[in-house]
Amino acid sequence: MTKLNNTICISAAMLALLTIGSCRKEMPVLPAEGEMVDNNPGSAEQIKGLYILNEGNMGNNKCTIDFYNCTNGYYLRNIYAERNPNVVKELGDVGNDIAVYQNKLFAVVNCSHFVEVMNARTAVHIGTVNITNCRYITFKGDKAYVSSYAGPVQIDPNARPGKIVEFDINTLEITREVVVGYQPEEMVIKDNKLYVANSGGYRPGNYDRRVMIVDLDSFEVTKEIDVAINLHRMEMDNNGRIYVSSRGDHYGIGSNLYVIDSNTDMVTDTLGIAVSEMHLNENKLYMTSVQWSYITGSNEISYTMFDTDKQEIVSTSFIDKDIAKEIKIPYGVTVNPENGEIFVTDATDYVTPGYLYCFTPEGQFKWKVRTGDIPAHFAFSELELK
Amino acid sequence: MRRRLLCNVMYIFTLLALTASSALGQNRLDSLQYIDEVVITAQTRQKEVIPVQQLKGEQLQRLSSHNVADALRYFSGIQIKDYGGVGGLKTVNIRSMGTNHVGVFYDGIELGNAQNGQIDLGRFSLDNMESVTLYNGQKSAIFQPAKDFGSAGSIYMQTRTPKFDDKKDYNLKGTFKTGSFGLANPAFLWEQKINEKLSSSLSAEYMYTTGKYKFTYRTKDGYDTTAVRQNGDVNAIRVEGALFGKIDNGYWRAKGYFYNSERGYPGAIVRNKFTHEDRQWDTNAFAQGSYKKDIGWYSIMFNGKYAYDYLHYLADPHKDEALMYTNNHYYQHEAYASLANRFTLFPWWDISLSTDYQFNLLDADLRDFVFPRRHTILVAAATAFDFDFLKIQASLLATHVRDNVVLDTIAAPNKTEWTPTVIASYKPFKYIDLNLRAFYKRIFRMPTLNDLYYTFIGNTNLKPEYTNQYNIGFTYSKQIGSPWLEYIELQADAYYNEVENKIVATPTSNFFRWTMINLGIVEIRGIDAAVQAMWRWNKFLLSARANYTFQKAQDFTDSESEFYGGQIPYIPWHSGSAAINASYRGWEMNYSFIYTGERYSSTANIPVNYQLPWYTSDFSVAKSLKAGPGELKITLEVNNIFNQQYEVVTCYPMPGINFKGIIQYTY
Repeated sequence: MTKLNNTICISAAMLALLTIGSCRKEMPVLPAEGEMVDNNPGSAEQIKGLYILNEGNMGNNKCTIDFYNCTNGYYLRNIYAERNPNVVKELGDVGNDIAVYQNKLFAVVNCSHFVEVMNARTAVHIGTVNITNCRYITFKGDKAYVSSYAGPVQIDPNARPGKIVEFDINTLEITREVVVGYQPEEMVIKDNKLYVANSGGYRPGNYDRRVMIVDLDSFEVTKEIDVAINLHRMEMDNNGRIYVSSRGDHYGIGSNLYVIDSNTDMVTDTLGIAVSEMHLNENKLYMTSVQWSYITGSNEISYTMFDTDKQEIVSTSFIDKDIAKEIKIPYGVTVNPENGEIFVTDATDYVTPGYLYCFTPEGQFKWKVRTGDIPAHFAFSELELK
Repeated sequence: MRRRLLCNVMYIFTLLALTASSALGQNRLDSLQYIDEVVITAQTRQKEVIPVQQLKGEQLQRLSSHNVADALRYFSGIQIKDYGGVGGLKTVNIRSMGTNHVGVFYDGIELGNAQNGQIDLGRFSLDNMESVTLYNGQKSAIFQPAKDFGSAGSIYMQTRTPKFDDKKDYNLKGTFKTGSFGLANPAFLWEQKINEKLSSSLSAEYMYTTGKYKFTYRTKDGYDTTAVRQNGDVNAIRVEGALFGKIDNGYWRAKGYFYNSERGYPGAIVRNKFTHEDRQWDTNAFAQGSYKKDIGWYSIMFNGKYAYDYLHYLADPHKDEALMYTNNHYYQHEAYASLANRFTLFPWWDISLSTDYQFNLLDADLRDFVFPRRHTILVAAATAFDFDFLKIQASLLATHVRDNVVLDTIAAPNKTEWTPTVIASYKPFKYIDLNLRAFYKRIFRMPTLNDLYYTFIGNTNLKPEYTNQYNIGFTYSKQIGSPWLEYIELQADAYYNEVENKIVATPTSNFFRWTMINLGIVEIRGIDAAVQAMWRWNKFLLSARANYTFQKAQDFTDSESEFYGGQIPYIPWHSGSAAINASYRGWEMNYSFIYTGERYSSTANIPVNYQLPWYTSDFSVAKSLKAGPGELKITLEVNNIFNQQYEVVTCYPMPGINFKGIIQYTY
């Protein structure tokens, strides 16, 4: 009898435990968080907002989009998940570029291997274009051009070229592809010529050195320009000069900036400026640089402004020096084309959220706000987010 | 009335199960002592002066564990980082000080991985395992190799030592396990008594799993998707042979170990990328020997080892066009020798002196690789006082490390470190089995060869990473002998740990370019508590145990950071486990429960990094019966009964409900 009772007791205890074990709350869809950052944002006739793409660390699926409303000074963090609750695993892994074009918002998600296409007014999902290892996006007419590391696999898997993928922004169908150099990065388009900077970033010691020109009619590489190793950023000024940055090799060869004349497609100048990030606004190039020094055991950081008309450096600290000290890793820079406000992001330690800093055109600190992890890329929008 | 009684009883048992109870092995045995396969014995044993937790013999086998890492989940004060599935990487972190501070010992000699300092405990099978023991600080025996003084916390895996009945001079055991994940796992053990002074054992095991299981990602009122985990297959073989010799006042042992495996990397599950194709091949082999002899007041022990480890990693874009081509081979050699001496000056006073030498070599076909070689000399002096009511141990470890690389100009400078430990335990009452204990330990871990020399990332200016541990606690046990409670044992410890000069990866110029620096400061405040109890009614035996851990592990690296003082990634504030075992004649039933509370995947303790608590329930039933000349045991396990979908590491889903059947024949 005792034995039986005991058995009942044990079974009961286990049942009780099991019941506890069976109810667990579900993970909610994460809501966006908002906060007022600028009580006096000034007039915003044309530019209504700024999208910020946070890369998120690799393997964490933490790419997110924030939105700064230029008309009312309100900042919204992580807007994608709540607007797209049915998209499996949110925005994805490691964002690498963002753009607004013809009322659509495009996010290039590198390690999720697709371009997310959204409504620029609502950030609601329209569709995706699968492009393996996609990097940057640019546009012409109703076509988008995306650089990708994943060209055809060759017999020697170490020598795998990248490609440029063209897709139609209305149908979201891939229309053409062209094989370019190794690990292609940023692009600019002039008339019918697409310039792409090849890095060879997967081939240390054997970096690519070429800017390639793709003819957009034939969609073939028509010219290669030898520039420097490990090319990355690209901007084009009003005079048709293309600024292309080299990352260097992180050992003996430092980062540098080169100028290509798009009329002659020749390298015309070497500016001797270290560049990690670069943004062109009117006739000013805003550049930040972070270079690790084994001598000091810390990162050496610079903020350089270059006048593209005068062809000279006009500032070596385009933001407030005290604030600049606070920024650990400047990881993105842009300028509001309407009012000249400067935006710089800080990626801090890459594993906790970063910050977005806003400065007046003169570099005076205006405000700062917490972002997602590794805030890096920007897109201004002429539409207000609903 | 009867119903209310039932409810009350149920309530009490639930409480017991959740907060207290336990019987599966938190025994405080000195691992040098003979370990009996009896759950709990009545006699008072030598009390450990340092917090120790042990799973052994039958208890270990009952816990529905695939491997040593699974079994360690039942210990308090530790976190297992588990990337999921049978083949996923599993590393252990003791009291939040970091994986690299854990010493892992196999049959008394430390397993090394000079490359990255991590041991994948998921690879160690329980088939041939006699006990798994966790020591905080160090094993509280001063007569041991100098390396045993050299970790902030240690795990000792002890394989079976042959034991023979009077009539028989051999033992045979055959096991076959199968079930979910396409598991096929035969194992074989043969123990032979060669003569009175010599016996041998041979153990072999093969394991295959597809590593496939369903997992679900779901948000409330949002998406809901189910997929099958891919590329988690493992093909592994293990062969182990050992000789056990007895000599006058001592013993010697020799062992050879071989492990070979091929496995897929299941990888992170992120949007639009649910499958991976990269693979890894491993070969691990070692030969080791021990010799121990007591000569009156003097004892001597020698240990020696040679180990070879090979790792091949392949990411082939022919198979997965998203991959960057990587095809790397790593070769490690390790040679180790240790001489330990003990002098018993008085019955109550021992002193010891141990000297170890270790050589590590790492070769790899990486670009610009510097081919590091490391020489380590360790000398430990220790003393132990043993009065009836008070025990004190003190030790001082000197470590000298010298690295060579191909380009000698860039080798890390030589390092010499002195680190002390003091341990004390006090028994205030003669007739009450209550022991109070305390320890202080300062120790460090060397930067691994990867930290120092990994192409692009390594930084040869790194200093060692230190830990300081302060611990106080007690143990209490009582033999009650009543049918309502046969035996109870409690232990609890409170501790404060500091990690200084924590080696962390820090970004440099861009995402792909990181370097290692001494940056972090972590402070850990914690409580570990464990209870075990046993009930007996004639042939019906019930035992239960429970563990609870509280940890506040804060990052104090950057006082300007908004997240200064945040709980470090993946350390829950609350965690615990409970296990109940019931046996009646040849039947056995087990229920075990593991709970990991809420935690964050980053020191930024904000909603986006929040990780839901998870808890799994495992159930098994076994029956032993006579079959021919031997004994047959059949076990059925249902693990994660409620099919909880959870992650230990973000983007690495864990298996839901799964089954296992085990047939074992011993003769």
